[in-house]
Amino acid sequence: MLSWAHAGPSVLASFLASLVEFIEALTVVLAVGTVRGWRPALAGTGLALAVLAALVLALGPALARIPLPIVQAVVGTLLLLLGLRWLRKAILRAAGRIPLHDELAIFAGESAQLQSGVRRLVAGWDQVAVATAFKIVMLEGIEVVFIVIAIGAAGGLLLPAGLGAGAALLLVVALGLALHRPVARIPENLLKFAVGVLLAAFGTFWVGEGIGLAWPGGDWSILGLIVGFLAAALLLTRLAARPAAA
Amino acid sequence: MGGLGIALRKLVGLFVDDGSLALAIVAWLGLIALAAALWPTARGWLGLLLALGLLAILAENVLRAAEAKR
Repeated sequence: MLSWAHAGPSVLASFLASLVEFIEALTVVLAVGTVRGWRPALAGTGLALAVLAALVLALGPALARIPLPIVQAVVGTLLLLLGLRWLRKAILRAAGRIPLHDELAIFAGESAQLQSGVRRLVAGWDQVAVATAFKIVMLEGIEVVFIVIAIGAAGGLLLPAGLGAGAALLLVVALGLALHRPVARIPENLLKFAVGVLLAAFGTFWVGEGIGLAWPGGDWSILGLIVGFLAAALLLTRLAARPAAA
Repeated sequence: MGGLGIALRKLVGLFVDDGSLALAIVAWLGLIALAAALWPTARGWLGLLLALGLLAILAENVLRAAEAKR
């Protein structure tokens, strides 16, 4: 029986984190499709998705053989490193200390690079275009695979986490088909802020479980951790935004 | 090989951006794990200590970075 105290946040965390990564991949795939044609853009994307699927099929059964406390401690540590890194950056961006991520600028840069690039055909395929689409989908996809495994594996929630990522993929594909231009209006920093809070809370919980700590309220303490990290992150954003004392 | 190198760098970069933040997190987790092994009866409140320590690490790192960017 699934506990919604952590199945719900698992789906949400996986959905939001995957959404951020898929949007980054979509920007470059759109640049390839617009400048060099949709055939190589879709071929590179499809090839990368096939490699990623093989990776998931190979890693999934292997994880089941590792004792759960070890998976929880290792995955929890990695989630904490990832979550606090995202949260740190999101706080500094929200406070105006570092610039926001700009998908339109990235799209323009990629397009310019692809326009000036040599068109080398191998068996009728634009090699540079296929490789560019493959590389970005592979790189962002590996992050998604890791996030799904990290969120799902420690608590036996791979299916809900996978569903969250799948929903994000469908949404981004739909947006790509509808817009044919980069998704610039999604508040990416707000997403990273929320995902950072969720991953940090999950990471703390799983590390605690892995080393045998007793959480008050069991799984429900995840919600307490989410509230704690959120409150701290909001407070830190205000503190970091303050002008320097004269 | 170049592609593999980029993928590996990207994978490491997924977890480590500021080395001091990553080091502080891992060190704190190690200390809490050691404390849990040495004092099993304290496992009830070590969870709270774990979370508070992580919040303190985040706060120190963010405020230091914000100060450096002013």
